[in-house]
Amino acid sequence: MIPVTWYMMLSAAIFCIGIFGFIARRNVIIMFISIELMLNAVNINLVAMSHYLQDMRGQILVFFIIAVAAAEAAIGLAIIISLFRNRATVHVDEIKEMEG
Amino acid sequence: MNFQFPDLTPVLPEAFLVLGALLLLLIDLSIKNKNATAFISLVLLMVTGFTVYSTPSGVTFGGMFSVDAYSSFFKYIFILSAAMAILVSGRYLRWRNEEHGEYYTLILLSTAGMMIMASAADLITIYLGLELMALSTYVLAGFIRGEVKSNESALKYFLLGAFSSAFLLYGISLIYGLTGITRLNLVASAISESGLVDNPVLFMALLMFVVAFGFKVAAAPFHMWAPDVYEGAPTPVTAFMSVGPKAAGFAVMARVFLVALHSLQADWTTVLVPIAILTMAVGNIIALSQQNIKRMLAYSSIAHAGYALIGLITGTSAGISAMMNYLIIYAFMNIGAFSIVIILDKGRVPASSDRLDNFKGLAKTHPVPAFLMLIFMFSLTGIPPTAGFMGKFYLFMNAVEAGYTFVVLAAVFFSVISAYFYLRVVKFMYMEEPEEGEIPAASMSTAPVSITIVLAVTALAVLLIGVYPEALLAMAKNSALIF
Repeated sequence: MIPVTWYMMLSAAIFCIGIFGFIARRNVIIMFISIELMLNAVNINLVAMSHYLQDMRGQILVFFIIAVAAAEAAIGLAIIISLFRNRATVHVDEIKEMEG
Repeated sequence: MNFQFPDLTPVLPEAFLVLGALLLLLIDLSIKNKNATAFISLVLLMVTGFTVYSTPSGVTFGGMFSVDAYSSFFKYIFILSAAMAILVSGRYLRWRNEEHGEYYTLILLSTAGMMIMASAADLITIYLGLELMALSTYVLAGFIRGEVKSNESALKYFLLGAFSSAFLLYGISLIYGLTGITRLNLVASAISESGLVDNPVLFMALLMFVVAFGFKVAAAPFHMWAPDVYEGAPTPVTAFMSVGPKAAGFAVMARVFLVALHSLQADWTTVLVPIAILTMAVGNIIALSQQNIKRMLAYSSIAHAGYALIGLITGTSAGISAMMNYLIIYAFMNIGAFSIVIILDKGRVPASSDRLDNFKGLAKTHPVPAFLMLIFMFSLTGIPPTAGFMGKFYLFMNAVEAGYTFVVLAAVFFSVISAYFYLRVVKFMYMEEPEEGEIPAASMSTAPVSITIVLAVTALAVLLIGVYPEALLAMAKNSALIF
């Protein structure tokens, strides 16, 4: 059996990759995917711990996270589309109407 | 397996508001006059307020949702700010041809999310309430679809909001892994029983929570989104989200830190003290150089998050009550100031609507709005006899009693700095001539009755609480007794 710490390390690694992607990449879609990566890192963590603790609560939270992430994706893509209609760009460095 | 149906009495206000909002979405299809939709949503909020008042304290859903005086106090703040935001919205949206019924539904749903947050006694409930609030607010920020600024504001809010909730979730998963539980009070007992106080992973989780809530209440160094989002969003939405979600963030923060992580108080105070000082510094100093009134108020709102954090740092029941007291006072003065900005709004004139220069000579052309703005600016600065002074006074007094004199000294120092940019608006209004060739702004007499009502209520509340704060203080004190 794979020890629970391995899952936690995997989760921490994916979470960090997500943070890096969010900070380093300038394409809105990629930044959004990075956030999904972070959420799924949390899901791995929760499921592994839930199995380890023999407790259902973690898996219940995972279901909630998946559902909310779907709603979030719908809203995020809608916002990106409405911006794209006005500006035709998905590059965050070009989206700077306001500064100072 | 037996299934016990949960007692629904404690969630009655939230259930009513969510069902009402969804029903409103349906009814709205057959309503031509959107003022009627706004009116129905106000009635819904009033009824919700009444159910909050009449719902007895209690715990339901196996302890995941608790109603107490503390949560009710915050619910009043949310309902009040939502109602005022709805009242000031109508004309602003109509002038931009974006008056849709969904707007009111979204405000109601966002309010329901905040109410769930205030009542949450479990990390899962906190997350769900927070997302309901945040997802509705993202859409509200981008509600003026044709305007790039509004799109950009929604995008930035969305990206950073989602980023911060990932941190919250990671923190929750660490706490769950360590304690095997997500209920706030059980987390506290699990931490003390199994001697986890010095566990580095628990400290990690604490940091994750600080980051997540720091984003939500716009505390430095997690404030970068706030100025852009507040500037680009429709002004009534800015008024709403600079008050409601911020108060909801503080409501949750106090519960998580004082209930679940109570035994780590020394740790989170160490983390929050520099954040509070930095927040006050960043908010007040950068606000000095702003030329746009909404942006200036955004930095001011960052600074006020710093002041409210002092109450949390104090960590006592008295400190929390001072924070709650301050948040409600802040709601009145901030929404009041934004209502003046909305009155001076000129519709779809490109970008010139919110310039600070518009306030030049306002006292000559529009004496009543100028005088009200004067009251709100004095209150935001903290000059007696306005409510802002009382709020700050009790906040600082409690912090000094708890031994955080140096934080209070910093706060007083930065409040002095803040006087410059708040009083600059007053100087523009009373001591300068109106600019030549400016399109005259709408005057008080042509403003819709609804905005006049909000201005009257906020100005009266600011003055009344400033002169006679005892009633509010007693209420906040009773509500904070659970800590």
